[in-house]
Amino acid sequence: MPVINSEVLPVRREGDIVSVRQAVRKWAVEIKCSLVDQTKVVTAASELARNLLIYGGGGEVKLEKLQEGLRGGVRVTFEDQGPGIPDIQLALSDGYTSGSGMGLGLGGAKRLVNDFSIESEVGKGTRITITKWK
Amino acid sequence: MQERIPILQMGMVLLVTIQVDMHDRLALQLQDDLTNKISESGAKGVLIDISSLEMVDSFIGRVLANISSMASVLDAKTVVVGMQPAVAITLVELGLSLNGVMTALNVMKGMKLLERE
Repeated sequence: MPVINSEVLPVRREGDIVSVRQAVRKWAVEIKCSLVDQTKVVTAASELARNLLIYGGGGEVKLEKLQEGLRGGVRVTFEDQGPGIPDIQLALSDGYTSGSGMGLGLGGAKRLVNDFSIESEVGKGTRITITKWK
Repeated sequence: MQERIPILQMGMVLLVTIQVDMHDRLALQLQDDLTNKISESGAKGVLIDISSLEMVDSFIGRVLANISSMASVLDAKTVVVGMQPAVAITLVELGLSLNGVMTALNVMKGMKLLERE
C-alpha cells in the first residue's frame, strides 16, 4: 500500500499524548475525514497513546498517510518494549483493566477505527496498528 | 508555574469553561480544585462547559464522572454542557455513557437545570 508520508513521535510523558492527538487530527483533516471520523480516530489514538505510556512504559507512535486508489487513510502504529499482553482477547473485552482505567481503551479504540491489529509478546512488547479510511 | 483551568463563581454556581486540549494531569488538577472550591464556597451547582473540547476520551470522561460524584457527595449538582455532536457519537461508541452525569445543550439551559434542582 503506498505510503505518502510518515512521522514518528515519542511518547515518554503525559504531554506527548496531547501531541499525538494533535498530529493525528492534522492528518485526518488532510485526508478530508468528516468531523465525526476525525474525532473517532483522535480519540482512539489518545486511548492507545495513554496505554503505551502507562502499561508499555512509553514508546513510539508512527503516523502514516496512505493512499489506496482514490481513498486516503491514516495509519497509526503504537509500539512499546513493555511487558506485553498475556491474553489479548481478555484485554480487548470491555470492562477488563489491569490498571486503574475503566477498561474501555483497547476494545473501545478498536470500535472507533476501520482496521485494528495487535501483536504482543510477553516480556518483549506490544505493537498496535489502527487505520482510519476516509 | 503550574497550568490550571480557572473556576469562576457566580452566586451559588461554579462555572468552568474548558478551552484547552487537556493533558491528564490538568484534568486531575481541575477535579481537585473544583472539589476544594465547592467545599470552601458552599456552592450548590457546578457548570462545566466543554463546547471547546474536540475530544473526550475515557480518561477525561472518567474525570467528568468523578467530578459529578464528588460534587454530589458535597451536596452540589454538576451539569456538563455544550458537548459537540461528534464528541457525543464517539463517546458512546467508545463505550462511555457518562451515567449519572447531568447534561444540557448549552450554558443557559444548564443554568436553568441547576436552578430547578
